[in-house]
Amino acid sequence: MEHKNYNAINKSVRKKDSMQLLLGKPVYTGDMVPKDALFVKLLRSPHANAIIESIDTSKAKLVPGVVDVYTWEDVPENRYSNAGQTAPEPSPHDRLILDRHVRFVGDPVAIIAAEDEKTALKAMKMIKVNYEVLEPVLDFRKAKDNPILVHPEDNWSVPSDWGAFQDRNIIASEDNTHGDLEGVMNDCDIVFEHTFHTKQYSQTPMETFRTLTELDRYGRLHVISSTQIVFHVRRILSVALGLPKSKIRVEKPRIGGGFGAKQTSVTEVFPAFVTMKTGRPAYCCFSREESQIAGSPRHEMDVTVRLGANNDGTVRALDVYTLSNTGAYGEHGPTTVGLSGHKSIPLYTGNLEAHRFAFDVVYTNTLAAGAYRGYGATQGVFAVETMVNELAEKLGMDPTEIRDKNMVREGMVMDAYFGETANACALDKCMARCKEIFDWDRRYPVRDMGNGKVRTAGVAMAMQGSCISGLDVGSATVKLNEDGTYNLIIGAADMGTGCDTILAQMVAECMDCTVDDVTVFGADTDASPYDSGSYASSTTYVTGGATVKACEELKAKICAIAAEMFGCEKDSVEFGSGQVKNIETGDVLPLEEVGIKSQLFNTISPEATVMHSSPVSPPPYMVGMVEIELDKLTGKVDIIDYMAVVDCGIPINPALARVQTEGGIVQGIGHTLMENVTFTENGRLIENSLMQYRIPTRLDCGRLRVEFETSYEPTGPFGAKSIGEIVINTPGPAITHAIYRATGVWHHELPITPEQIAMTK
Amino acid sequence: MEISIKLNGRSIKCDIDPDMLLIDLVREHGCYSVKRGCETSNCGLCTVLMDGKPVLSCSMLAARADGHEIYTLEGLQEEANEFAGFIADQGTEQCGFCNPGYVMNMVALLRENPDPTDEEILHYLAGNLCRCSGYEGQLRGFRAYLDYKKSKES
Repeated sequence: MEHKNYNAINKSVRKKDSMQLLLGKPVYTGDMVPKDALFVKLLRSPHANAIIESIDTSKAKLVPGVVDVYTWEDVPENRYSNAGQTAPEPSPHDRLILDRHVRFVGDPVAIIAAEDEKTALKAMKMIKVNYEVLEPVLDFRKAKDNPILVHPEDNWSVPSDWGAFQDRNIIASEDNTHGDLEGVMNDCDIVFEHTFHTKQYSQTPMETFRTLTELDRYGRLHVISSTQIVFHVRRILSVALGLPKSKIRVEKPRIGGGFGAKQTSVTEVFPAFVTMKTGRPAYCCFSREESQIAGSPRHEMDVTVRLGANNDGTVRALDVYTLSNTGAYGEHGPTTVGLSGHKSIPLYTGNLEAHRFAFDVVYTNTLAAGAYRGYGATQGVFAVETMVNELAEKLGMDPTEIRDKNMVREGMVMDAYFGETANACALDKCMARCKEIFDWDRRYPVRDMGNGKVRTAGVAMAMQGSCISGLDVGSATVKLNEDGTYNLIIGAADMGTGCDTILAQMVAECMDCTVDDVTVFGADTDASPYDSGSYASSTTYVTGGATVKACEELKAKICAIAAEMFGCEKDSVEFGSGQVKNIETGDVLPLEEVGIKSQLFNTISPEATVMHSSPVSPPPYMVGMVEIELDKLTGKVDIIDYMAVVDCGIPINPALARVQTEGGIVQGIGHTLMENVTFTENGRLIENSLMQYRIPTRLDCGRLRVEFETSYEPTGPFGAKSIGEIVINTPGPAITHAIYRATGVWHHELPITPEQIAMTK
Repeated sequence: MEISIKLNGRSIKCDIDPDMLLIDLVREHGCYSVKRGCETSNCGLCTVLMDGKPVLSCSMLAARADGHEIYTLEGLQEEANEFAGFIADQGTEQCGFCNPGYVMNMVALLRENPDPTDEEILHYLAGNLCRCSGYEGQLRGFRAYLDYKKSKES
């Protein structure tokens, strides 16, 4: 491992936007709405599956202040996907802006554009719709080969086919076996199987989905949106509206949280359509209810795991089958499912002789799922880690020891992870350190507290990726200013993660300046170099890689300009902190002078734009341990202590890596204990507000402790891997484990509510 | 209907619809720090001070503020700036969208109880949801500020 003394890397510097945010400055989409903007509201379907027989908007249009009301008859016929993915997308082109066939309770039926919100809502009540109500497919276990087709239309297509069968409600399927699975299973001392069910958890960023659109000074569509994916949004709007990309500009201001929700283009198309129709600014802001019932939540999955092991705890075979519910539209369906196997099975590379990973992704008449932090890995890790905990309990082994025996270690080739080698892996050290600091040996035994409550502990491991290998691209432009400071321009989106600051730290390290000397701008499709966007845990690793390379190129250019000033060869110029030096003469020029010279009779541009991509996606690893106190009478679970030790390579900014971890753990605690998604028999989502969809408060998460075990990833910038997603994966299996210890019951469905604990004894 | 309020120290008269909410009134007057995160009084993002007491402006009719004094974060920049840097040092402001709500409640807490325990902080801010931070870093930041304040006083 490389140990270097850095000036800006591995330092907990403040986020560049921190004081603006803490002091409440108007930096978000909703703070920029001009007074003359139209308010865009959507009438939504009350039925899960229906055809619009007739729709009468005449009365609504008469309401004073209503500018227009649009229906399926008014929109283009191009089907598109809302998924923020690199084209050709694996997600089907299955959406219209408004469709005559509505496919879930909440599917848009009409777009109302009015001078203010109140008028739009008044007009909404005046629209008369007659539906031919069809029987829906609500249960994802009955969707495959169901005679009711969610998407029977002729113009449905998949740009990149991942095993789609439109006539079977399947948008992706696969079945891959490595090794002699049945042979190994038959030879194992113990083989058992369970199915693990997780729900459509809502990301619930504090800022709901919202977009502002207008025509810019050139008459082009200008989109200001709370999005993680400005370039993908430009493409999506181009397909949906039938508008050339050159006529669209997309930018993001500060974003009030994303967690993957805003890797789908949820709101953009509606105001964009209104602006193109009316020529006026338009603003669409989803209410919390709309964000809950028609957002882009996690995919509901049934992950079935068959595990084969020997009595000494050697895990020899894993068979994982995932059934994923993509809902009414296929955004991210074909891709999320892959992580349920690819990011869970390789954790047990140590002794694994054979494995299978198979999946089906099906349509149903429920809200469309999308991308959520963890992206399928969360569901897969919950299943596989719970199986391993159950194996340990069956064999009477300590669950940390069974992991020590089987876990992936540095240098191992991970067959179940595209054959990648674990170049940087400190998972073993994470386990040892976590066990020690958490005091596992004392907390793992079940302790009766003498008041009807028991305390005990649970454990889980996790992994994720650091990009989509061989696909994601990140870019950075670095420019020298005439005062010797730098501009960094990116197309990645800081959504609170701090990537603007982290990438500026990399520039500061490379250019030997302070972080304050680096100004960051992003992201704007007119100004930023192309970047896939901020998702798949890729920004630090991929855009960071581009940033480092751009700095190297810029240094060479600065040296070339200086060489002309010195009248020497380029190779004789050495770049240093705030200056350049002629190594032959020892003469020194301050960077300011090079900056000024760059603007005067000069042909070497003092800026560099570099694109970067990676053939591998190095996994971060972590261990989570939780101590709970469970009330045996009421079933209430209190988190006492959550300890996490994470290997994210070299953390670029330890403070930001720490808060990412703490935030991810608390979201995972929410998934496990309180966040639920259920439907009425007609398919209406019940938890449609923060009253019913309970995310953790600061009284629900106990004490969190986070430590880092560093590894050095040779392909990452300054040895870094990712942090953003992995951190949500351990609470599900670790808390489920502790609940088993306390009650003797294994729960195979999340969330595990007090009622369920109290009722199953 | 016409109401008069004192907003961030300035007296204003406005002609409002009777069903207008306080959050929409203050935003209309440029107080963009006040955010809407839910419609059900669950998230605390829209917290403002009415006569010095924290209230949820999304759940209060603007008409009820008639004759009262309202403060938003725009009017309390100096007071908030005293401790905001300690939160920034933790990086725990993250996306920032919930910040004005809990900063307002923190201002109210410190006026009421200048030396709160961790337990008191957690309970006072329990109604301020945050989806990014996991809350732990916010507490570290507040604690660091309180320790700093104490060390300065002694």
